[in-house]
Amino acid sequence: MSLLELKNIYKIYGDLHALDDVNLKVEKGEWLSIMGPSGSGKSTMMNIIGCMDKPSKGEVLLDGVDIAKESAKNLTAIRRDKIGLIFQQFHLVGYLTAIENVMLAQYYHSVPDEKEALEALDRVGLADRAKHLPSQLSGGEQQRVCVARALINYPEIILADEPTGNLDDANEKIVVDLFHKLHSEGTTLIVVTHDPEVAEVAQRTVYLRNGKLHKETINENFTGEIKFDNEVEI
Amino acid sequence: MFFRMIFGTLFRQWKKMLMIAFTIALGASLATAMLSVMLDVGDKVNQELKTYGANITVVPKENSVLSSLYEVEGEGGTGAYLREDELGNIKTIFWAFNIIDYAPFINASVKLDDGTEVSAVGTWFNHHMELPTGEQLDAGVTSMRSWWEIVDGKWLDEQTGSADGAMVGKALAEKLGIKSGDTLHLNGTVSDISLNVVGIFDAGGDEDDKIFMPADTAQSLDGLDGKIDSIEVSALTTPENDLAIKAAKDPKSLTIAQYETWYCTAYASSICYQIQEVITDSVASPVRQVADSEGAILEKTQLLMSLITILSLIGAALGICNLVTASVMERSAEMGLMKAIGAQNSSVSGLVLTEITVTAVFGGTAGFFAGWGFAQIIGHSVFGSAITMRPVVIPLVAVLVLIVTLAGCIPAIRMLLRLSPCEVLHGR
Ligand SMILES: Nc1ncnc2c1ncn2[C@@H]1O[C@H](COP(=O)(O)OP(=O)(O)OP(=O)(O)O)[C@@H](O)[C@H]1O
Ligand SMILES: [Mg+2]
Repeated sequence: MSLLELKNIYKIYGDLHALDDVNLKVEKGEWLSIMGPSGSGKSTMMNIIGCMDKPSKGEVLLDGVDIAKESAKNLTAIRRDKIGLIFQQFHLVGYLTAIENVMLAQYYHSVPDEKEALEALDRVGLADRAKHLPSQLSGGEQQRVCVARALINYPEIILADEPTGNLDDANEKIVVDLFHKLHSEGTTLIVVTHDPEVAEVAQRTVYLRNGKLHKETINENFTGEIKFDNEVEI
Repeated sequence: MFFRMIFGTLFRQWKKMLMIAFTIALGASLATAMLSVMLDVGDKVNQELKTYGANITVVPKENSVLSSLYEVEGEGGTGAYLREDELGNIKTIFWAFNIIDYAPFINASVKLDDGTEVSAVGTWFNHHMELPTGEQLDAGVTSMRSWWEIVDGKWLDEQTGSADGAMVGKALAEKLGIKSGDTLHLNGTVSDISLNVVGIFDAGGDEDDKIFMPADTAQSLDGLDGKIDSIEVSALTTPENDLAIKAAKDPKSLTIAQYETWYCTAYASSICYQIQEVITDSVASPVRQVADSEGAILEKTQLLMSLITILSLIGAALGICNLVTASVMERSAEMGLMKAIGAQNSSVSGLVLTEITVTAVFGGTAGFFAGWGFAQIIGHSVFGSAITMRPVVIPLVAVLVLIVTLAGCIPAIRMLLRLSPCEVLHGR
């Protein structure tokens, strides 16, 4: 059984089909990229997979459970237990320090554990910035705090909606390297991106257009390492 | 963690929270002031009204006819008197409970040793009565003339046996050069007596020219034992209406049902009627304007205060509603984020409610004390006395503040519940 399976998913706003009969299977441990022009329905799809929105029609099986039929309360619980979210805008709580932002996810999940939170920050290379407020961190550092927060509760899937959209190449590389590390530990990754370089790293890329899946490519020589067309200085 | 978050918002949004606390304080202070005054005002208005003196006077039937015909003060000219021993009956009428106080008056004309005529009045000061009902009562001018200002000495206290005491009006005292502690020798038509001047009073009226003494003393001077000229009664009354006016003209014109209603309502006229029933050959009549305004003042003041309280609380609720909604809207991204990383609706709402409750506790406490101050100001400026804080005001205000605060949070909480994380997180 696949970890995630979308069956004939529609999302309809008025007469706009944001998603139009989408079928997709994602296996456990897979690294999938989603690409497509603006307005093609990528975020809509991520919201549905991330239990933040429901499809107008169709089934979404996560671990064999149809999340399209669950109550809002259960969806919150599923999201909390199984899914780690990363956004294009970094979305940290402004008056909490980096480590407290990570602990917030623990707080809603179970109990805050400062030691564990510090380890997660260490994994993204920010142990020395634990006591800084988001306003005192650079964009790339903020996004790494978000990654630490997403992975703190050992989610089965990490969903990232344009995680590198606001980052420069250097930070992009750091984040992709983190994905690589998570992937090698068995975490399933679904990454929406406009950036072909980020998309190419994944094992598989699907293309959305006007709410429909129209193309799929498999990365034959998958390494998980990001390659840049033009060299950057780090 | 929870507290860290609460304090995070409280400090970060301290301006907004201060506004909310201020709004709550304003509502709470008005509620406290109005409630304390309202609960205390019954007594205050009674005191105030007693200051106006009696609102019912009782005179012998014959005198009443004469004085209304010739407009003269009945001063025993016809030889008609009321009986002092019937006075206790007033406290046995249907509306006995509304009778706050009363006192008999007997006039005596006496001469000083040098032949100067002075008017003397016998009355009760703080006359102790054991009523047939078993009740005990201290009645008399000490409370009915509470506005008398004692310029020298003190009030005459009947209960400590100063039967040979007297109180002298300021004008007379000045004329005769008397001060408290002096002895005064008075000659009546039947006997003479030496009285000890206990106090000099300033009544601000023609009573300042009189000597007041216990009723017994005055009666013995003229040999009128047990007889009195008039009674002044202070009673709480319901404002008159058509029924009361009709009844006052002639109770017999009422139907039985109307009569029952009238008799069992504390109109001045029904109380008068009931007093006439228990005092032989008497006419009781309301002192018009005071009797009318009395009940009305109490009711209107309380109505006004309830209205102010309700309006101020509604105002506070609206203010809180605005501020809390704005505060939540400003933080919708943060709230959405919390939901996205697994916060249930209950914990996000809980966070906001706790914040507001903490703010409300501070605001409410501040408002309570401010309101207490207001109440004292109102008490002093309107009723001329301090307002006693009734303990029941505290829980009452606490509950009102809580209700108002929570009511003010409803729209914000509804917005929070509807808030979908994907709407805020993807910047739509
Ligand atoms: N709540 C909504 N109400 C109406 N239309 C919506 C709503 N949410 C999304 N849409 C529409 O659905 C379509 C898909 O939106 P979506 O955000 O999924 O695009 P996207 O692929 O993520 O685009 P981008 O690359 O710009 O982020 C868009 O045309 C958008 O206007
Ligand atoms: Mg998008």
